[in-house]
Amino acid sequence: MDWQGQKLAEQLMQILLLIAAVVAFVVGYATESFRTMMLIYAGGVVLTTLITIPNWPCFNRHPLKWLDPSEAEKYPKPEVVAVSSKKKSSKK
Amino acid sequence: MHTFGYRANALLTFAITALAFICAIASFSDKFSNQNPSAEIQILNINRFKKQSHGNDEVSLTLDISADLQSLFTWNTKQVFVFVAAEYETPKNFLNQVSLWDAIIPAKEDAKFRIQVSNKYRFIDQGQNLRGKEFNLTLHWHVMPKTGKMFADKIVMPGYSLPDAYR
Repeated sequence: MDWQGQKLAEQLMQILLLIAAVVAFVVGYATESFRTMMLIYAGGVVLTTLITIPNWPCFNRHPLKWLDPSEAEKYPKPEVVAVSSKKKSSKK
Repeated sequence: MHTFGYRANALLTFAITALAFICAIASFSDKFSNQNPSAEIQILNINRFKKQSHGNDEVSLTLDISADLQSLFTWNTKQVFVFVAAEYETPKNFLNQVSLWDAIIPAKEDAKFRIQVSNKYRFIDQGQNLRGKEFNLTLHWHVMPKTGKMFADKIVMPGYSLPDAYR
């Protein structure tokens, strides 16, 4: 997933779980059945897992732009200078 | 949110926190149920009233217990534990409580009942104070929830007494 996708997935997870919890409580309270509340909530958790954890394509719509190899050669990695008592910084 | 494991962990933690929250609300919602239990106990017979060989009094009774505890059950109730205790005062102890009978009520349908039973647990005094003793019979109940706090209450029924002489 890309960064935007990760943010979207996290928000989606929190919202879906909250909705599942609220719906579960309301339905359970209305039907006076604790078991109903637990089943609806468990279903909500499974649904949220299926939606937010795997790498769906919708989370990859802003892919990272890696540099071309030719661009990368223009900026070589800095070389390690031998250790001396004077501090010299020679980075490009 | 970098890997599957990271997202799965975040989801699981949040799911369990939300679950704890709805269980707390479910337990709190019990406060809004109005409860009016009722009970009545009669002593049908005093089967035996004697002094044991170690010197303590012992009584054996047959009780007729009728109760309606259906209003104690809510959607968050797992079971109700009910017991009958005899309470009396002696010169040695300000309050003696002896449990005579108990039962577990697993469902609302079983909560309205009437039974005639002899005492399940022995009614033995610490001493020989039971002749002519006046005592209360108290019906206690503990409502055990599926989640949350257990609460207990009782109905006190005064006015019972034991005979003046051993039988």
